[in-house]
Amino acid sequence: MAIEVRIPTILRTYTGDQRAVEAGGSTVAELIDDLESRHAGIKERLVDAGDVRRFVNVYVNDEDIRFTGGLQAPVADGDTVVILPAVAGGAVDSL
Amino acid sequence: MLTIEQGLRDAIIEHARRDHPDEACGVIAGAYGSDRPTRHVPMLNAAMSPTFYEFDSADLLALYRDMDARDEEPVVIYHSHTATEAYPSRTDVNLASEPNAHYVLVSTRDGAHESGPVDFRSFRIVDGQVTEEEVRVVERYDTDESTQKAK
Repeated sequence: MAIEVRIPTILRTYTGDQRAVEAGGSTVAELIDDLESRHAGIKERLVDAGDVRRFVNVYVNDEDIRFTGGLQAPVADGDTVVILPAVAGGAVDSL
Repeated sequence: MLTIEQGLRDAIIEHARRDHPDEACGVIAGAYGSDRPTRHVPMLNAAMSPTFYEFDSADLLALYRDMDARDEEPVVIYHSHTATEAYPSRTDVNLASEPNAHYVLVSTRDGAHESGPVDFRSFRIVDGQVTEEEVRVVERYDTDESTQKAK
């Protein structure tokens, strides 16, 4: 049950300002559900239509989960999960 | 208000000119809570586009790990617009995710990538609200101010 999840500044309103919290699960999807059960509202900021949001990056032990199975990427005790919002933008209208 | 050293301001402009007509992007990191930008980290625009920028996802992780290890945060997040004004687009506002950062925009339009003045403006973007702020360029930060500004 001890997977460390690093929370970015913008989502710390959900974690009482904690920079890291613990959660459990065997996939990233389960981990996010577990986070949601203690930090209500956070899931919606991470997941949209059954996938990780386009401008949210989730890393398991430094691997971007987009390349390792998305929400089905496996996690295990002792892993570190980092959540980082993309740093992106530009002149193009409305992304 | 954003207070920034002349050398850092010039480095941002230089980066924007170099990458024109693609958008350039990067960070000026500084000690956590100091509100003082000190370390320039030019980032690769993974989108390599004249109308969009995005930090590469592996570079982004490395950047945040490095800042964490140094007890820093992104004091300035900058990018260029290469054909439009130095003002946050709707995309910039929608994707802004560092409420404590100064979002700096520069414009290299109308030949500014080659010569002449480059618009250099700074904004706060919080909860979809854009607030322009004054930019104060100093030759060098003085020590007194750091104690005063440290939170």
